[in-house]
Amino acid sequence: MTLSAHDKELVAKTWTKIAPKAAQIGGEALGRLIAVFPQTKTYFSHFADLSASSPQIKAHGAKVLGAIGQAVSGIDNVSASLSKLSELHAYNLRVDPANFKLLAHTLLVTLSAYLGAEFTPEVHLAWDKFLALVATVLSEKYR
Amino acid sequence: MVHWTDEERQAITSIWAEVNVEEAGHQALTRVLVVYPWTQRYFSTFGNVSNATAIAGNHMVRAHGKRVVVALGDAIKNLDNVKATYAKLSELHSEKLHVDPENFKLLGETLIISLAAQFGAAFTPDIQAAWQKLMAVVTAALSKQYY
Repeated sequence: MTLSAHDKELVAKTWTKIAPKAAQIGGEALGRLIAVFPQTKTYFSHFADLSASSPQIKAHGAKVLGAIGQAVSGIDNVSASLSKLSELHAYNLRVDPANFKLLAHTLLVTLSAYLGAEFTPEVHLAWDKFLALVATVLSEKYR
Repeated sequence: MVHWTDEERQAITSIWAEVNVEEAGHQALTRVLVVYPWTQRYFSTFGNVSNATAIAGNHMVRAHGKRVVVALGDAIKNLDNVKATYAKLSELHSEKLHVDPENFKLLGETLIISLAAQFGAAFTPDIQAAWQKLMAVVTAALSKQYY
């Protein structure tokens, strides 16, 4: 499944809208991940506070969304944009790829909560595809 | 039997009391058909469902979305016995409608996203967690009679 020009346009437009709140949105998406899919906490056993409102979770979520923002800027070659992160996930972090889907879902929920009616089905589709692409790139060096 | 905490029951019923059933159903089903277009295969008798505009304006899609969310109300009224409540519906989806159970997951996800759009920040992570559990229970119940 590839991103059409229209998909890329919608992703870029949304990003411009949410960029000022990117840290909050990222923090909330990761908080939702922990709350809704508690098995994901296993990747954060080194965090002192694992509640949805944990400052460590919020900071890490902000970081993750920042990286997604990088992928948005380099949307014509996400593989190149996320190359280092792809290696990090393959050799250090080794997060099971199933979890990328879970975070994609909670990010979509968070975007929907922030954007309301602006998060139209077409915007939703574009982001679903884009996040699937990000997930593929992050897991492409796993084996 | 599913064990529900008081908080989970509260999370489900408090949101349900405010849900616009027709709108939520329409949103959720529209999103399924747009975001996962292969699901259009089940709606060949609904007229034009080939693009986002057609889907959003299709009155059969709207009516069907409403029907699905109304049926969700039955599960919510019978949280301690969703399996039995949905036995006939499960059989219908398997034997008559021939719906791949994977689709129950997709609709569950888009319904959650539609609720987030309606409720915004009020759809907290804990409330979302309760609703995700409800969607999982509903999916399991609807898949029960498949063999």
